Amino acid sequence: MLSALLIVFREVIEAGLIVGIVLAATQGVPRRGQAVSGGVLAGVLGACVVAAFAGELAALFQGNGQELFNASILLLAVAMLTWHNVWMASHGREMARELKAAGHDVVTGKRTLAALGVVVGVAVLREGSEVVLFLYGIAAQGGTTSAGLLTGGALGLAAGAAVSALMYFGLLTIPAGRLFQVTSGLITLLAAGMAAQAVLFLQNGGYINVLGGTVWETSWLLRESSIPGRLLHTLIGYVEAPDGAQILAYIVTIATILLLMRLVGKPVARTRPQPAE
Amino acid sequence: MKNTTLSLLLLAAVSASVPALAADPIKVTLQNHKFTPAEIRVKANTPSVIALTNKDATAEEFDSTALKVEKVVAGNSSGNIRIRALAPGRYPFMGEYHADTAQGVVVAE
Repeated sequence: MLSALLIVFREVIEAGLIVGIVLAATQGVPRRGQAVSGGVLAGVLGACVVAAFAGELAALFQGNGQELFNASILLLAVAMLTWHNVWMASHGREMARELKAAGHDVVTGKRTLAALGVVVGVAVLREGSEVVLFLYGIAAQGGTTSAGLLTGGALGLAAGAAVSALMYFGLLTIPAGRLFQVTSGLITLLAAGMAAQAVLFLQNGGYINVLGGTVWETSWLLRESSIPGRLLHTLIGYVEAPDGAQILAYIVTIATILLLMRLVGKPVARTRPQPAE
Repeated sequence: MKNTTLSLLLLAAVSASVPALAADPIKVTLQNHKFTPAEIRVKANTPSVIALTNKDATAEEFDSTALKVEKVVAGNSSGNIRIRALAPGRYPFMGEYHADTAQGVVVAE
């Protein structure tokens, strides 16, 4: 039961952290609950479909279906996270003004809700399909241990949800004025880590064959497969032995997001207050 | 055993001269949640491919942080796993869903 708990927990950590960050990033945006729960629901349904057709998916594209699929949905999430951050950078000032002026909920964040819903969906889908396959395997074996293992799985899921809550309420302790900066930073690092992970899948599919040599190795310090390693892997894209292509993807993603945020943020920062939309 | 090693080395040597896609895969079988062979020898600094046949009814995830690979192979099916050029050393891998029995190691030399 403990092993099942640990495996499921390890898988749901990533989705749990991402849901927590998205909830904090959308603090005060009306109907964000719908977007997040919609993302979770779509992710769970998608995970079941992906698990059920794991063999068929893998067989696509000369046996590279799984790698291409994972890389695609990760890059989709990177695009959505980028869009969110850039959009927030261009509207952050208006939002702050509206907050001050009207003192009510921020309405302008609504548009990127869908984008963040997609991100949640992707995170749940990726980790969820592994959980489904694992639990299905246990259930299929039958026997007396199944009940215990499934209980472990359920507890693992609950622990993952607890990670979400911890992340969310932890972030909420940050003063409202700084919360946006913190969540922007977290989302940028999330996106960079996902981009590097997408590169890994493309390498494993044979689509990227350059800069494959390990650049540094820090497994002596922190093993990526440990729980803290896994947490950092999700949050900042920690990899114990990254190669050149992964590092490049990581840096380019951060640079692109920061550059775009700066480009769209500047005009708003310079002009005088305009009437709200 | 010696023959197997020799042929694997030969295979690795051949794969050095052709792109990774065309390399002859190293056949590995998963049955009763155990890998056979559990120790896979590859030539160092040369990419290779493991053709994993999962003879169990349930899916397994071939997982290795050291090899930078995670690949799900559905029950009663097979999948190819690309192994990048490795520095000499031992690279453990496991079947994540049955890590107590599904353990193996890639030895690059």
